[in-house]
Amino acid sequence: MTSNSQKRLLGFYERMLLVRECELKLSALFADGEVPGFIHLSVGQEAVAIGVMDALNDSDTIASNHRGHGHAIAKGVDLDSFFLEIMGKQEGICGGRGGSMHVADMSVGMLGANGIVGAGIPLAVGSALAHQVHNMQNIAVAFFGDGALAEGVLHESFNLASLWKLPILFVCENNGWSEFSPTSMQFVAEVRDLATAFKMPSRQVDGNDVSAVADVTAEIVSTIRSNGGPQVLECTTRRVHGHYEGDPQQYRDADELASVSDYDPIVLCEEVLQKMKTAGRDIAAIRTRVADRVSAATDAGRAGTLPSFGHLLADVYTPARGA
Amino acid sequence: MGEVRFGQAINLALDESLENDPSVVVFGEDIARPGGPFGVTRGLQAKYGELRVRDTPISEATLVSAAVGAAMSGLKPVVEIMFMDFITLAMDGLVNQAAKARFMFGGQCSVPMVLRTPHGGGLNAGPQHSQCLEAWCAHIPGLKVVVPSNPADAYGLLKAAIADPDPVIFVENKALYAAKGPMEDAPGPLEIGQAHIARPGTDVTVVTYGATVKTALRSAGSLSESGIELEVIDLRSIQPWDEATVLASLSRTHRLIILHEAVTAFGTGAEIAARMADVGFDELDAPIVRVGAPFMPVPFAASLESQYLPDADDLIAAVHKVLA
Ligand SMILES: Cc1ncc(C[n+]2csc(CCOP(=O)(O)OP(=O)(O)O)c2C)c(N)n1
Ligand SMILES: [Mg+2]
Repeated sequence: MTSNSQKRLLGFYERMLLVRECELKLSALFADGEVPGFIHLSVGQEAVAIGVMDALNDSDTIASNHRGHGHAIAKGVDLDSFFLEIMGKQEGICGGRGGSMHVADMSVGMLGANGIVGAGIPLAVGSALAHQVHNMQNIAVAFFGDGALAEGVLHESFNLASLWKLPILFVCENNGWSEFSPTSMQFVAEVRDLATAFKMPSRQVDGNDVSAVADVTAEIVSTIRSNGGPQVLECTTRRVHGHYEGDPQQYRDADELASVSDYDPIVLCEEVLQKMKTAGRDIAAIRTRVADRVSAATDAGRAGTLPSFGHLLADVYTPARGA
Repeated sequence: MGEVRFGQAINLALDESLENDPSVVVFGEDIARPGGPFGVTRGLQAKYGELRVRDTPISEATLVSAAVGAAMSGLKPVVEIMFMDFITLAMDGLVNQAAKARFMFGGQCSVPMVLRTPHGGGLNAGPQHSQCLEAWCAHIPGLKVVVPSNPADAYGLLKAAIADPDPVIFVENKALYAAKGPMEDAPGPLEIGQAHIARPGTDVTVVTYGATVKTALRSAGSLSESGIELEVIDLRSIQPWDEATVLASLSRTHRLIILHEAVTAFGTGAEIAARMADVGFDELDAPIVRVGAPFMPVPFAASLESQYLPDADDLIAAVHKVLA
């Protein structure tokens, strides 16, 4: 018999695994030259995206950052269109004009990954303003890394959101690194102190424990929904891959790098599932489902066509109605 | 309606837009309770409430980006940046977010926001409160830029800007706020991208926008007495700009001057001149001349600023040059 808590955890497991397998596939496609540009993977950080998004619905909005694949998949972007986009195809969710750093899906409230560190934060503030004006009980979530803590817009956004009691959750994904520099060399304050300074409640959670992330977020989100004002959630986690794919990570201490696998949220989740005596076949079935889904998305991505340049100029501005 | 002031016309356009469309919100520094640094937004908060008309902290970067996020989430925000000089702090929101969202997301969304901001000298406000930076905005694919020259146009262009699905930078010359002009009883919106022939003439085309339209009209009046007829084109919108109207005028006069208050180098006039040198080459009987500010920051002292600002003498000298 699978208990409810087991079912919930199996759901988290499947969603985290989907993000992981998608990204590992993208990594391989990138290495083979099938993905142009550069990509930033969230391997090791999946519990944040999956845990937080568990508390959101389709009409809640999120703004993400350059490491946004997990956020997009967790928010419900169509996987085929997602692969098509990152592979630079016409049928991609952004018609091949955005790529990995600009995946967006307005139909599920995903307002976009962002190539500018910190830039998603005030976008989410604006989205929260829209929710407040519309009085719809929806909330906005800003996902950002520890590196964005030093960006001015974060401080402006904390102040504005608190001043206006906006329905927004600020999620700092603290993976200890900002590009090639450790957080300690970039930022002197603590997230919680910053939240306190701006009169917002804040919580810190083990960002590799998906259930903990989901539980804390659910509590916070229900308060925000009932006009409780903005809050801050810091999820401590680890970046497993390089800053970008192909990053040799020579700036990282070998022991620290080797230890990251001890915190793998998917392995940790599986351990709990085993403790709950989850049937091996249930886990195996999930693995098969995920593998099939990723392989189908890869096939879809490969089958896509290269975008045509011809119509682009006509799409810089919104075409006139009736045109 | 008779005569209204430039600032009143803007207020009226905001008022009607707030009245007619619940998704319109207006925010900026000191715009709500105090009514705006130039009094333009007076009375709007009292009428439409604190939810839709807001004073903000001094956070230009976040204000503009928040307008983008709000526009992507169903609002039509009109954000005010107190002086155009301060858009430097909001460039990410403008350039990387507002301008690109539609394109880079494959047309999934538009960004229906308006950024209102005053530019220009004349108040001895000094180097950081007097600049005309509209050409920066016009250089960015995805932004629209309009610069009205009189109250009726300010009303019509702002109505159009708020109704427009894309981000529009609405530039107000500070020296015009107190200016009066006629306005019809039930004016409609203007079409963004359509120029207006402010004065027909046969000898020289003067293309301009904003406060320098008056300069051009005044010069046209005095030159007319000596038998020189200027055709004054008020661009109204510089991105997009009305190439067809300018080319048609050039084809009649065969001489072209572009006049603006902004620094000449790399400016709006440079773009128009280059384009006309290309598509209008055969029509030209004289080199195209640009009249604008010299390549320096706007100086403070009244005596310096008045020399800095392009005026009727500069324009008249240019007219004699193209007619020589
Ligand atoms: C405004 C801006 N500055 C710098 C960069 C280059 N850059 C991209 S990601 C990054 C580090 C961000 O670190 P963090 O926010 O902690 O996110 P993480 O990469 O750890 O997920 C930097 C410096 C950028 N994209 N945008
Ligand atoms: Mg980081």
